[in-house]
Amino acid sequence: MSVDIDTVRRVAHLARIKVGDDEAERLTGELNAILGFVEQLDAVDVTGVEPMTAAVETALRRRVDVVSDGEVPQKVLANAPESDDSFFVVPKVVE
Amino acid sequence: MSALTDLTLAEARDALASRKVSAAEITEAYLGAIEASDLNAFIEVTADRAREMAKASDARLAAGEGGALEGVPLGIKDLFCTEGVRTTAGSRIIGNFVPQYESTVTANLWRAGAVLLGKLNLDEFAMGSSNETSAYGPVKNPWNKELVPGGSSGGSAAAVAGRLCVAATGTDTGGSIRQPAALTGTVGMKPTYGRCSRWGIVAFASSLDQAGPITRTVRDAAIMLREMASIDDKDSTSVDLPVPNYEAALEAGVKGKRIGVPKEYRVDPMPEALETLWQKGVEWLRAAGAEVVPVSLPHTQYALPAYYIVAPAEASSNLARYDGVRYGARVDADDIVGMYEATRAAGFGAEVKRRILIGTYVLSAGYYDAYYLRAQKVRTLIKRDFEAVFDEGIDALLTPTAPGPAFAIGGKPDPVEMYLNDIFTVPVNMAGLPGISVPAGLSDDGLPLGLQLIGRPFDEAGLLSLARALEEASGALTPPGF
Repeated sequence: MSVDIDTVRRVAHLARIKVGDDEAERLTGELNAILGFVEQLDAVDVTGVEPMTAAVETALRRRVDVVSDGEVPQKVLANAPESDDSFFVVPKVVE
Repeated sequence: MSALTDLTLAEARDALASRKVSAAEITEAYLGAIEASDLNAFIEVTADRAREMAKASDARLAAGEGGALEGVPLGIKDLFCTEGVRTTAGSRIIGNFVPQYESTVTANLWRAGAVLLGKLNLDEFAMGSSNETSAYGPVKNPWNKELVPGGSSGGSAAAVAGRLCVAATGTDTGGSIRQPAALTGTVGMKPTYGRCSRWGIVAFASSLDQAGPITRTVRDAAIMLREMASIDDKDSTSVDLPVPNYEAALEAGVKGKRIGVPKEYRVDPMPEALETLWQKGVEWLRAAGAEVVPVSLPHTQYALPAYYIVAPAEASSNLARYDGVRYGARVDADDIVGMYEATRAAGFGAEVKRRILIGTYVLSAGYYDAYYLRAQKVRTLIKRDFEAVFDEGIDALLTPTAPGPAFAIGGKPDPVEMYLNDIFTVPVNMAGLPGISVPAGLSDDGLPLGLQLIGRPFDEAGLLSLARALEEASGALTPPGF
């Protein structure tokens, strides 16, 4: 399978990365090289094989359902490009 | 060059504990070496904090209350969040991110008394095998400053080899500890998935990422790993297994151990020096009393292509958080989607963008089954290959670490060619196993080459004792002029 420049533009939009025309052109070639490389997986017989979900089999631990952290809004906001009181500020979302 | 910076971690620890040298002295020696260095190994040097921590260590040592790493100056890969110290992940998009919390691994190290010298350079978001994707410039290899140190933990490996810190932390998603260790003549260990907590480490591919040490000797790796490893309530994949005293188990010997040599771990053409060295490794382990047998891991060749589906897929999800809202540099636009797109276009470098796009593509509607699901099935087959040889009584596997020695900065412009650097290390991450690279000899051009040992899950102690036997036979490698 290979991608065309329109697919690259669509995927870039899904990933929320703006790409210019030259960049989209270049990325089309690079992505196709990578997709060509991974194509060899088609040769593997995976009939009846379960997909791996965890590298090491372990039962998920449970903890007591209590509040163990929080109440630190200023720390949470400390690195925000723009904040106001206890809120992150973003461009207008609802008209 | 000051002799203090030539001490191994074990030697420095013992000299500090017996008060032959103070933490302040050894810290100053390293700060001086860093200032005089042009390797670009550090993104940020924390001289003031280092001096404060050293002073506190000296007080604890004087009171007889020193921890296992009391006063030992370390470098930390700039992927570990350090409270109050800028953490960049090698990227512009995080801007001047100053974590409000400490990663579990580094918190463990400070609790043991270690001193923070600074944050080490790396490929952007740990995506790379040469340290050239860093937004903070490439790192130079202390063996030859025109060459890369490998990556992604390139700053860590260069700093340890170049005597800019006693030891360093690294992270390894597909070879990012072991490959740079091999290219700089240092020891690099990726523990079993789950041995070290991932909490507070900037995430790349969460099912593959694991922290580990880069050091000058195998003993130093054993000492570091014991302090880095822990169970952690904040990482549900960290394991509830006791952390052994790896150092005490180092001289356990390799008599009677069964070592497998996988026939699939080859590249075409195979560099002659690498072939010779691999054979030497076999002879060294045999001479030390191990039994070495050929084995087969039939799905080896599919590990790298499967990795280049799984890792970018997880990365595209993990890196979705860099949206210009919660942290980092924001590029303003008319609406919120425009702001996201402009912020991420300006903040991410070319390799990171490539991987996010591949990941987004293989997870997108209509392609998930053909790519991602298939890759996860192949991953099961890769893991089964390893389980089959371990079930036959093989204790560990011996392979080369990387397909060749360090290469020129700018020498591998093709992404897929760059990916091939990790051909021998990626299968280990795919199966979640522990692996260690040991400096084993020199190439025809006099550059370091490493051998990799791969072990059973959570048998880091056994692996380290095998690595120790290899190291004893091969001898340590020191860059010319150091």
